[in-house]
Amino acid sequence: MATAATDPTLAVFKPASCDGCQLTLLNCEDELLTLADRLAIAHFPEASSATAPGPYDIALVEGSVTTSADAERIRAIRAGARHLITLGACATSGGIQALRNFADVDGYRRTVYARPDCITTLATSAPVAEHVRVDFELRGCPIDRGQLLEVLTAFLTGRKPDIPNHSVCFACKRRGTVCVTVAHGTPCLGPVTHAGCGAICPAYGRGCYGCFGPKPDSRLPVLIPLLRRDGMDALARERFQRTFTAAAFAEEGEP
Amino acid sequence: MAGTATTAVLDRAGLDALVAALVADGRTVVGPTVRDGAIVLAELSGAGQLPYGWGVELDAGRYRLVRRDDDAAFAHSGGPQSWKAFLHPERERLWSAERAADGTLTVRADRAEAPSYAFLGVRPCDLRAIAVQDRVLASGHYPDSGYRERRRRAFLIAAECTEPAGTCFCVSMGSGPAVDDGYDLALTEVVSAAGHRFLVRTGSAEGERILTRLPRLPADAETTALASAAVRRAAERMGRAMPPVDLRALMGASLEAERWDDVAARCLTCGNCTLVCPTCFCTTTEEVTDLTGDHTERWQRWDSCFDLDFSYVHGGPVRASARSRYRQWLTHKLSTWYDQFGSPGCVGCGRCIAWCPAGIDITEEVAAFRAESSTPREEAPQ
Repeated sequence: MATAATDPTLAVFKPASCDGCQLTLLNCEDELLTLADRLAIAHFPEASSATAPGPYDIALVEGSVTTSADAERIRAIRAGARHLITLGACATSGGIQALRNFADVDGYRRTVYARPDCITTLATSAPVAEHVRVDFELRGCPIDRGQLLEVLTAFLTGRKPDIPNHSVCFACKRRGTVCVTVAHGTPCLGPVTHAGCGAICPAYGRGCYGCFGPKPDSRLPVLIPLLRRDGMDALARERFQRTFTAAAFAEEGEP
Repeated sequence: MAGTATTAVLDRAGLDALVAALVADGRTVVGPTVRDGAIVLAELSGAGQLPYGWGVELDAGRYRLVRRDDDAAFAHSGGPQSWKAFLHPERERLWSAERAADGTLTVRADRAEAPSYAFLGVRPCDLRAIAVQDRVLASGHYPDSGYRERRRRAFLIAAECTEPAGTCFCVSMGSGPAVDDGYDLALTEVVSAAGHRFLVRTGSAEGERILTRLPRLPADAETTALASAAVRRAAERMGRAMPPVDLRALMGASLEAERWDDVAARCLTCGNCTLVCPTCFCTTTEEVTDLTGDHTERWQRWDSCFDLDFSYVHGGPVRASARSRYRQWLTHKLSTWYDQFGSPGCVGCGRCIAWCPAGIDITEEVAAFRAESSTPREEAPQ
């Protein structure tokens, strides 16, 4: 895995997140050596303590912005990166921690921490794109390994990533999964959710819970009456919408 | 072929022998079978996998598998897939290219060898749909060679419809419940006190050849009469009907109708209608490269006019609104399809009604467009 000085450099950063998305990069076991041949992994603390200073050609960022320190850091990351690609539900929608967006953050701070005065936090958990310009957003909780490789390959080749923008229904129909809503009456967020996971949940007989977030032109208000039809009361609908991409679905419509 | 058709009667052992003969000929036999609470199309190794004793209850946005009182194998309709999943698969590699160390490029056409399919239990509506896709994909100046080859090698066993569903409207589209042509063998299922059997008639030389290898009885008068009565009864029990209008003219004249806003307010733009439709044929092509950059492939994939990227040109999608996308689908299916291919794109199978999570009903929409077009619009104040 000889890396030439002219190879593009890759850096991986994280504000508030669980590390699952950057682990997806390490999970590319069969491709890691080829990847390391094509680019220099210059900053990836999860994989190596050896880091090289920026600027970097590609910065991968997982995690949402939840503190003013992270808000400042993300601007520095942007300034030091030719391409900034965000990974996963946290970085692209605020993640599960965006549940705070619907709550009294100050109340939480006082209840949870012995020394609330030591905690500085923003009132919301926000996607990276709310703070800086992002070149590509890759969705999922966690992201899909194949999609990550496709995005990196596309940036290395200088082409558009082949990441479709349509609904999860496309993936169900392509793989021949029987529609869980139509055939079983199971509530499913698939019709409003961004494809990319390969429709894993419906393939195992459960409804999609939207971890890839809304598809472009998602029509959640059209789905709400169908969730009601399929037996979800207001609380169940709220919980259904408020999981891994809570803030993104909240923008789409009231449960 | 009608004049030379041979008729006979197969019992269940005869049907077993039919599947066994096709498998022995090296064919991939595909037919209905129960999986995941539905009757799906899948590769069969024997006729025992057919959904004996299962039926379905269908309505807009609703499909339920139900037990029947009899052991019928083909008393169901409107399944979650159509035969296009096999003839026009969801993804296919068209070509690949390699760059050697010295920079030489080698491009290779990459179509895999087409399987020899035998489709068991093709509904008359679906037989019509295959004919529609033949016109689109296998004829004209730019035939899809993969489709054409799979289609050329396919052996079609039709099953006349004796149990239409609540979402069926083939009678009003002139595509069922009886079959007229386009098959190698046609079955009509009869379940009576005299037993469970299948009236079979041949529609091709290959069908004749297969039939002669099967244990069979001559077509008796009772079975023939029961078979035609069952198909006749099916025609009277259609769950729905397409309004009897000139669809081409109506949809062509309805481009600015207010109904588009109404239906768009109920449409998820999820694309399910186009994906289950047995005639929708649209694809996109994508080039993918591998990490080394020395290997590239071109893939053809199903696409849909409900996908925003489908109409994306520089600057954005041409059809950004749900209204414009639904209108594109319905007007193409029912109106401009005539201009392009000389027939409607709809065969009355009802899948788009049953498998729309929101239960949008194409026949109800057409009725609404007809009502709107026959209502004089209020004059705008001058």
